[in-house]
Amino acid sequence: MSMLSYDFMQRALIAAALVGLLAPLIGVFLVQRRLALLGDGMGHVALTGVGLAFLLGTAPIPTAMATAAAGAFLIEFIRYRSRTAGDVALALLFYGGIAGGVLFASLAPGKASSSLNAYLFGSLSTVASGDVMALLALCLLVIALLAVFGREMFAMSLDVDLAAVQGIRVRMMSTLLAVLAAVVVVVGMRVVGLLLVSAIMIVPVAAAQQITRSFRATTALAVLLGLIASVSGLVTSFVVEVPPGPTIVLEALALFAVLAVIAVPLRRRRRSVDDEPQVKSGV
Amino acid sequence: MSAGTVVSVARACVEFDGEHVLENVDLSIDQGEFIALLGPNGSGKTTLIRAILGLQPLEHGKIALFGTPLGRFRDWHRVAVVPQRLPGATSIPVSVWEAVLSGGITPKGRWRPFPRSSRQAAQRALQSVGLWSRRHDRLDTLSGGQQRRVLIARALSTSPDLLVMDEPTAGLDTANLQALAGLLADLHAAGTTIIVVTHELTGISDLVTRAVVLRNDHHESVKYDGPPPVPADFDDDVHHHHDDAHKPPPVELGPA
Repeated sequence: MSMLSYDFMQRALIAAALVGLLAPLIGVFLVQRRLALLGDGMGHVALTGVGLAFLLGTAPIPTAMATAAAGAFLIEFIRYRSRTAGDVALALLFYGGIAGGVLFASLAPGKASSSLNAYLFGSLSTVASGDVMALLALCLLVIALLAVFGREMFAMSLDVDLAAVQGIRVRMMSTLLAVLAAVVVVVGMRVVGLLLVSAIMIVPVAAAQQITRSFRATTALAVLLGLIASVSGLVTSFVVEVPPGPTIVLEALALFAVLAVIAVPLRRRRRSVDDEPQVKSGV
Repeated sequence: MSAGTVVSVARACVEFDGEHVLENVDLSIDQGEFIALLGPNGSGKTTLIRAILGLQPLEHGKIALFGTPLGRFRDWHRVAVVPQRLPGATSIPVSVWEAVLSGGITPKGRWRPFPRSSRQAAQRALQSVGLWSRRHDRLDTLSGGQQRRVLIARALSTSPDLLVMDEPTAGLDTANLQALAGLLADLHAAGTTIIVVTHELTGISDLVTRAVVLRNDHHESVKYDGPPPVPADFDDDVHHHHDDAHKPPPVELGPA
């Protein structure tokens, strides 16, 4: 328990738990819409925000939040406007995000470019005491928005056209989802790092959906796996003295592998049930 | 336009990249009609349906639902669509029950918990298609015909006045086809207006009250509009695929 006697470690643990809880809640919609790489791109765009913060001397979290949110709107705009070329346009935006971040950080006075590493791959010691409140506020905001709009997002992710015919404003929901992904990226950037933060949105969901039968169960299990991976990955990082981003992501991947093995007999059993002649149900 | 007009389309035109997909479509559908929208691939069936549902902007022309111009139409709960599949249910596990419940999600209900009445309606709908016992199963583990019935239950759960179905009979075996026909007969008898987009009338020809045949050629997309059976001149369009040389080949659905 000596680990917990460090203030920075307490803060890092809170931040890790928040991202482990939050990221799969958004990731499940991204996977459902086959936009798993969207979070990745958002992380790249947020890096420009971090670089800007170094250059201008502003606080990194709000600056990265503003940049990532602007990036979310831009991404949705590009996706909407160019159905076919959208893929390439997004790639351009993402490359620009990384390049801009590194460039701005290099131009910044002092040793900003070396601390950029902490934002790329996460760090145990960078969660400032003021950050915890900001992260908590962002977390509550995301959960509140999901509580209100989550069902419409689910319907939209099932089928955009059907959702539109139900009166759901699908462009608004799509943009909101992108903005929420941006928030998660910013919540996770301190501990997991911007290059790997999207993994914590996607990997727990990919792991959970191997053994679940419903969206609700997938979400619940993914959140549990996300929490386990982020908290235990952080502890591993403290013990082994490596950046927490890679340990968190590797533990999530290990959970994926474990569930993949568990899923094999489950799937086999389910198939044998399906092979039985089905009772003809009258209509 | 009579008070019982459910869909009215006037001189509707749609272009994709300068190419006319729909030209001068006039169509008025009254309450209680059972319409089969027929035509070969590329004839604009799907485009016309998308336009009627407000998903496809028109180049020219007007569309109204239940007497209200599409731009001002808000009573979307009166309309339900049965798609061929739910894309989002293949990337993430979605249970049969969740798929049916998703039909009742509306912006109006966002500030409240999902209403008990909607759950009860969803249960009745799923029971009516005979799949209540499968409610906890992953939707994509059901057979194609069963999935189609789940999607019908999803649409029925909102008690729509207008039901639009995209190729509901494609890939169904005889048993599932009969089950579907029985279900549609009941709905039609209850006064629901039904539009079925299809290649063929097999299995539902007795139910259809009016056939509308589209063909993508000059000036007017609607080639036949009247009671079934479709006259022999148009028969080719109904049973076979006539594809324009510049159109991609039709995507055939295997037995689902």
